[in-house]
Amino acid sequence: MLIRKNKHGELSESEVTDHQVYLNRRQFLNTSATIATASLLPLGLAAAKTNAEPSYTDLISTDYAAGEQTSTFEEITTYNNFYEFSTNKTAPALMATEFPDKSQPWKVTIDGECDKPGDYHYDDLIRPFTMEERIYRFRCVEGWSMVIPWVGFSLAELIKRAQPNSRAKYVEFTTLFDPKQMPGQNRKVLDWPYVEGLRIDEAMNPLTLMAVGIYGQELLGQNGAPIRLVVPWKYGFKSIKSIVRIRFVESLPVSSWMKSGPREYGFFSNVNPEVDHPRWSQSRERRIGDFLKRKTLMFNGYEEQVAHLYSNMDLRKNF
Amino acid sequence: MTVKQLKITVFIASLIPACLLVFALFTNKLGVNPIEILTRETGLWALKFLVLTLAITPLRWLTGWNLLVSIRRMLGLYVFFYALIHMLLYLWLDQFFDVGEIIKDIIKRPFITIGFFTFSSLIPLVMTSNNAMMKKLGGKRWKRLHQLTYLIAVASCVHFYMLVKADKLEPLIYGSVILALLGIRLYKYLAKQSSAKMAVART
Repeated sequence: MLIRKNKHGELSESEVTDHQVYLNRRQFLNTSATIATASLLPLGLAAAKTNAEPSYTDLISTDYAAGEQTSTFEEITTYNNFYEFSTNKTAPALMATEFPDKSQPWKVTIDGECDKPGDYHYDDLIRPFTMEERIYRFRCVEGWSMVIPWVGFSLAELIKRAQPNSRAKYVEFTTLFDPKQMPGQNRKVLDWPYVEGLRIDEAMNPLTLMAVGIYGQELLGQNGAPIRLVVPWKYGFKSIKSIVRIRFVESLPVSSWMKSGPREYGFFSNVNPEVDHPRWSQSRERRIGDFLKRKTLMFNGYEEQVAHLYSNMDLRKNF
Repeated sequence: MTVKQLKITVFIASLIPACLLVFALFTNKLGVNPIEILTRETGLWALKFLVLTLAITPLRWLTGWNLLVSIRRMLGLYVFFYALIHMLLYLWLDQFFDVGEIIKDIIKRPFITIGFFTFSSLIPLVMTSNNAMMKKLGGKRWKRLHQLTYLIAVASCVHFYMLVKADKLEPLIYGSVILALLGIRLYKYLAKQSSAKMAVART
């Protein structure tokens, strides 16, 4: 039974913003060239949510965040790093309202070093799996964090079906490239499409999640709809959004952030309070909604489940 | 417009960003991480006022509107006003006044080092901004001291550029505007030098 903790996201019919107002607002944001002003705009509208029925009910829910307070629906859906839309964290919620385009079915390609490659429609891809709710801590490399009730299934289940062969040492993930839908891709802020990767044993770890929802509802555009990765012991940018390709490869995939700043972003990017980002400390973080900062936990608090993956590695070198 | 009217207008207008930020804060309009927005916005406004301060002299050359000089000091003091809030937000809400951590941060992080240097450089300028100090120092020395503004402007842009994760567009825009404003001065200076030389050669 899913217990919905969402208080702030829910609004009565009368409180829901008129759609035209909502659209105009978005237009205003798109046309105003100064991204800086966006930060001063009221955010109340972005939080307005239709009172849609939850898409997933009766899920088994497991709390992997030691009872820490879950972030509100508003927090999770209005503060997003999604450079495919904008480098401004409040903008994706306003720009991704129609994403992904419902007229084009979402397709995911599974290929590379595996015995069962294939192209799947999103619905077919997820059909075999039993959805569950998992409450994970989410730590951004920038020094803020949330606690998010994801809906999804273990990536390991998907990998088993694809039957990777002995050359599959890594899994590479790719985000959709479509500047029409994702206008942020018109600017080469990163080397599009966004690419991320995991070592096969990291990908097979039971914690590694393919997420399709938050708070019992389907993922919103700004959170990486329709399907994304969630690796809770790594910095948020590893949890690649809006995936269109999962490829098994023999050599280490070079991620978009590794290309952008090889000195600053490594392949592993495990949450580690001892290893600072070259430009800022990673020892503490601000949980969104908190005034004081808190200490960052080793592997974001998932040391017990994942430390063995890195037992013989120098985590300073393999950052 | 009299000098007094101009000064009052600029004084009030310059407070508007601060008022808007405070209003947005108390009406929950800064989003779910208001501390980040406040820190960023106050830093940005310090930089914007710095650009305005540097634009006064070239504007005067261009328009011949000498009244402009009477608001330059006030704009400069607003740079300090916004930079001070920016700095206090960092010291308080980022470091919680933990002196050890702050010193470590200043030494270890180049963008913090530059930010701290930039803020510190504003202090002597603020201290010598009144008429009495101007007189005491004498016009030439005062002017040379206040040319520190050029260095502050460049350092602010470097600070901004270094803290941005991937999208360098905004700091690059500020950097180009500041380089242009400094370039005009250099051009004028060089032109003056060469015409002085010409004058010497002619005699």
